[in-house]
Amino acid sequence: MIEIKSLTKHFGKKPVVEDVTVTIQPKAITSFIGPNGAGKSTLLSMVSRLLDSDTGEVLLDKSNVKKMKSDEFAKRVAILKQSNHLNVRLTVRELVSFGRYPYSKGRLNSDDEKIIDQAIEYMNLTNIQHKYLDELSGGQKQRAFISMVIAQDTEYILLDEPLNNLDMKHSVQIMKILRKLVDELGKTVVIVLHDINFASVYSDRIVALKNGRVVKDGPTNEIINSAALREVYDMDIPVQEQDGCRICVYFNSHA
Amino acid sequence: MRKNSTKIIILAVIALIFILLFAFYNIKGGFGYAFPRRLIRIGAMVITGIAISYATIIFQTITHNRILTPSIMGIDSMYEVVQTVIYFVLGSASIFVVNLYLNFGTAIIAMLLFALILYRFLFRADKHPIYLLLLAGMIIGTLLGSFVSFLQVVIDPVEYLSLQSRLFASFNNVKAELLYISMVILGAAFIYGKRMMRDLDVMSLGRDSAINLGVNYDKMVLKVLILASILMATSTALVGPVTFLGLIVSNLAYQFINTYRHSVLIVASSLISIIALVGGQFLVLHVFHLNTTISVLINFIGGIYFICLLLKESRAAG
Repeated sequence: MIEIKSLTKHFGKKPVVEDVTVTIQPKAITSFIGPNGAGKSTLLSMVSRLLDSDTGEVLLDKSNVKKMKSDEFAKRVAILKQSNHLNVRLTVRELVSFGRYPYSKGRLNSDDEKIIDQAIEYMNLTNIQHKYLDELSGGQKQRAFISMVIAQDTEYILLDEPLNNLDMKHSVQIMKILRKLVDELGKTVVIVLHDINFASVYSDRIVALKNGRVVKDGPTNEIINSAALREVYDMDIPVQEQDGCRICVYFNSHA
Repeated sequence: MRKNSTKIIILAVIALIFILLFAFYNIKGGFGYAFPRRLIRIGAMVITGIAISYATIIFQTITHNRILTPSIMGIDSMYEVVQTVIYFVLGSASIFVVNLYLNFGTAIIAMLLFALILYRFLFRADKHPIYLLLLAGMIIGTLLGSFVSFLQVVIDPVEYLSLQSRLFASFNNVKAELLYISMVILGAAFIYGKRMMRDLDVMSLGRDSAINLGVNYDKMVLKVLILASILMATSTALVGPVTFLGLIVSNLAYQFINTYRHSVLIVASSLISIIALVGGQFLVLHVFHLNTTISVLINFIGGIYFICLLLKESRAAG
């Protein structure tokens, strides 16, 4: 279980995350939503120790993340950030193989190879695994990076806007795979999402942030309603039910 | 992978051919006199080549920039300052000039102190990116360069001539003893750096991915900076500044060898350096008949290559 305890971060004098306390439920998808600049990505970066917090702490099964050994943490929590520009030329398989680094330190054994095969298979990349990343489309590239995170084989998978720049088809594919990771493999997924409808349809819990603070935190059905969303986004968002999914029809609302 | 090893073997063979040519071609006078001297020169070129390639490749990985070399930090400028100040204040007859060990030691220590002070005050990877450090290094380097020019203008012209020989890279008057010391330093650097190779491979994915994969990124950056400074300081103190060499050979290695593995890249670029230096020196001696120097040759070719690289990068970005 990941417990975030009164985490605060200032950039200069500007508070970006203020006194955030959230508990991430295991074996579920938790979505971080909120307007631009709400501190979602910053919060995720602090949880995954990419960024130091000013005050507060993050506990992974009761132990402080900052005090954990770097490679031990990497075997338990994986993070994927939005921009994944690479300076080196790698094939899909080489990239996915990096996911085994916390275990193998670069010397892959046959178990590692097997896990890499599975991770590539899982993301449907088998037929392009020897292609170079710079020859791939945005969606394929994103899948390759997620495949690396799967090869890392951690209980926790944190993703920062993985649907950025993806079309509808690829977005749905990726969300379905995340759902499978939780339902079939028992992983815990934390994801920063911009599209509130993806959050509504695929996540178990939602944490809504605004101006660096948590404004809502609960099961998805408690958050996806007009009253709660008004508090988060300051706009009227009608919610309609469609085939058991709650869809926010905000395109026409008064902002 | 096999293709890469074939390429490495080809490079090694070419390097060996040049070394043999340099050692035995047109050897006149007493073999016993000329041969050991040639060997020392070859040794100096090999060591410089390896040190500069190694430093440049690891430096480019941590800065995520393939058109930078560690000399941007102003380490070479510090070398010029040390030599110029010694000649200016103490004169060419002083023990700091005459005693080569003392000169070598002073230069290395000054360069390393400079680098460490710079890192101590400016490097906080968690607070600001490495570019602040680079920018500061560049500005301080320019300042030191202007200071050196000033001293050189007012120095006694006779002293200046003698000083000049120290400020241009030269493989002709390297002392065997300094060569051995450099070998020891280089060996130690290799042992220190060996464990970093795999982490460096991961670091080329960028800071976020490297931390995700359990690499202690910020600490590694500092280690790499220190290692690169030691390598640069050693080669500069041994033969003088060779600015462009690292840039050319590292980029040739990236283009020639298709891999992300630092151990392979460093071997390849070291071999290319050896080819460039030994081959270049061979040309200077036997084709240009000493009408030019290897620094001029390297800076000329390096300058052209650098401009091509800039053009290519700007086109890729645009």
